[in-house]
Parts: sequence; C-alpha cells; structure tokens
Amino acid sequence: MMELAVIVVALTLGAALAVLLLDNLLAAVAAASAVSLGVAVMFVLLQAPDVAMTEAVVGAGLSGLILALALRRLGLARLDVPVSGENTDA
Amino acid sequence: MRDLATLLFLGGLIFLLAAITGSLPFGHPPMLVGQAIQQVAAPEVGATNFVTAVVLGYRGLDTLGELSILFAAATAGGLVLGGVKSRGRAKAAPAAGFILRAGADVLFPLLLIAGLYVVIHGHLTPGGGFQGGVILAAAFFLPLLARPHESLSHTWLSVIEGLAGAAFIALGLVAMFDGAAFLTPLFDKGVLGELVSSGSLPLLYLAVGLKVGAELASLLMRLAQDDGAAS
Repeated sequence: MMELAVIVVALTLGAALAVLLLDNLLAAVAAASAVSLGVAVMFVLLQAPDVAMTEAVVGAGLSGLILALALRRLGLARLDVPVSGENTDA
Repeated sequence: MRDLATLLFLGGLIFLLAAITGSLPFGHPPMLVGQAIQQVAAPEVGATNFVTAVVLGYRGLDTLGELSILFAAATAGGLVLGGVKSRGRAKAAPAAGFILRAGADVLFPLLLIAGLYVVIHGHLTPGGGFQGGVILAAAFFLPLLARPHESLSHTWLSVIEGLAGAAFIALGLVAMFDGAAFLTPLFDKGVLGELVSSGSLPLLYLAVGLKVGAELASLLMRLAQDDGAAS
C-alpha cells in the first residue's frame, strides 16, 4: 500500500513537472490530465472513492477536454509530427 | 520578476501549509461528525452511500447552490463563446480519422451505460449525479467529435437542463408543503441497499445528473463547434 502510494506520488509529481517543461501545449494538457489521474488514484488509496470519481471524471476527463478544445480554438493545438491530411488547418 | 513573484508565492504557500499542518494533530483527527453520521445516516436517510446521504439528505441546499454555480458558469461560457453559428463554418472542421470514429462508436454505448449506472446507483455506491452527469456529457460529446458535421439540438439540451433543475427545486418544495424543511427526503425509505430505496434521493440525483450532463454537453459543443472562428 505504502509503496504503491509512493509510486503514484512520484508519477504525479513527474507529470506535474512535465506540464511545466513540455513545449508542446497539447502534450502539456495530456500531462495535466495525468496529474489528475494520479491524484484520483491517491484518493482511492485514501479510501475516498466519491472524491476519486469526481477527480477522475472532472479533473482528468472534462478539464483536459476543455483545455484541448480551447487550444484548438486558439489555433495552438499543433502536433510536432504532422499527420497527413489531419489537423493541418487547426 | 515573474519568477521571483512565483518563488515568493510558493514560499508563502509552503510556509502556510507547514504552519497549518504543524498545529494539527496529524493522524489523530477527532472525527466526531463523521462518526455521528456513520451511525445515524443509514437508518435516518436509508442510503448506503453516506456521501449521498450528506450531499442530498442533510445538505440538499448546498447541492442546489452547487448546481446554480455550475449553471452560472455554463451560462457565462455560452455567452462568451457566442451563439450557434456553426452552419457555415462546419465545413472548416477536419474530418475525423478512422480510429476516432470507430472508438466513438464503441465507447458511446459503454459511456452511456456507465454514466446512467453511476447516476442511478448514486445512493448505493460511490458516485452520483455530478460524476455520472459528466460521463453522460462525455458520452454524447464523443460522437460529435468523431462527426463534426452533426450536432445535438441546443434547444432540447436547454429544455432537459431546465426541466431537471425545476424538478430538483420542485422536490424540495413538495417537502416544504408537507410541513418539513426544504429538500427533506420524501417517500418511504425502503430496504437498505436496494435500488429503489432511500426515498427521493435517487430522483434528486437523476435530476442532478440530467442537468449536469445537458449543461456540460452544451458547453462542450459550443466550445467545439465554431472553432476556427477565432484563429
């Protein structure tokens, strides 16, 4: 249990660091979602499943989606590797 | 300069947290309220999920406040993002790839079932109207992401949202006409742990789930639809 918690905290902190350091904004949004996912797992370990569900659904799912859609609206959602025919005019 | 301000803010935050945690008897919280609710909630409210018992049974008014905050936020978002003018611009949206289209087709029924399950079993298992509502919104948004040309009707979403919100308040008012306080759980409590139990709590959570789902689906649609307008 304790080891699992330490691993989850390490992953969460790593993802949080990735949010700051990543140049690709879309990847940073994904990393922010990963932070929320780690926090949700921590809530499960702390026996708060209700809060964990809210965190997973809102933090990891909805806010990531809203941030990604906002990036698309602002024209900042560019993938480094151009995918042929897709997302080129985003 | 900005880095310095950030550093100062972070230092102050850490100091505050350290001061608070230093003064708390950590690991030995006097959980009097929690213990009291654990003893009282099951016979009084009839819900096996005590969080629901608190959120809807004891503190229904707070949930109504939460709903109004979400409503205000979604309305403000809709105002800022403007009306629906997607007809002309829908052409600009790029076609989705095969993986997204197939994934949306596979995930839509699963998300729908998961969302409905979480909403309907809110008084029995962890979860409830808010969580299930967000899952429902995601379920209805995913097909739109895969097929940018189609769209849900904003009118219907507003109708569902309004009716669900009105149903929540109406359930509270019915309790008031019965002589109890606003949003007191109605009906028979039933057998603890059964699907149809704990009075009006499942109905309240159904209203919350529909309202949150319709609200967020409409907000996500606004955000996704006329993209390309700003860029």
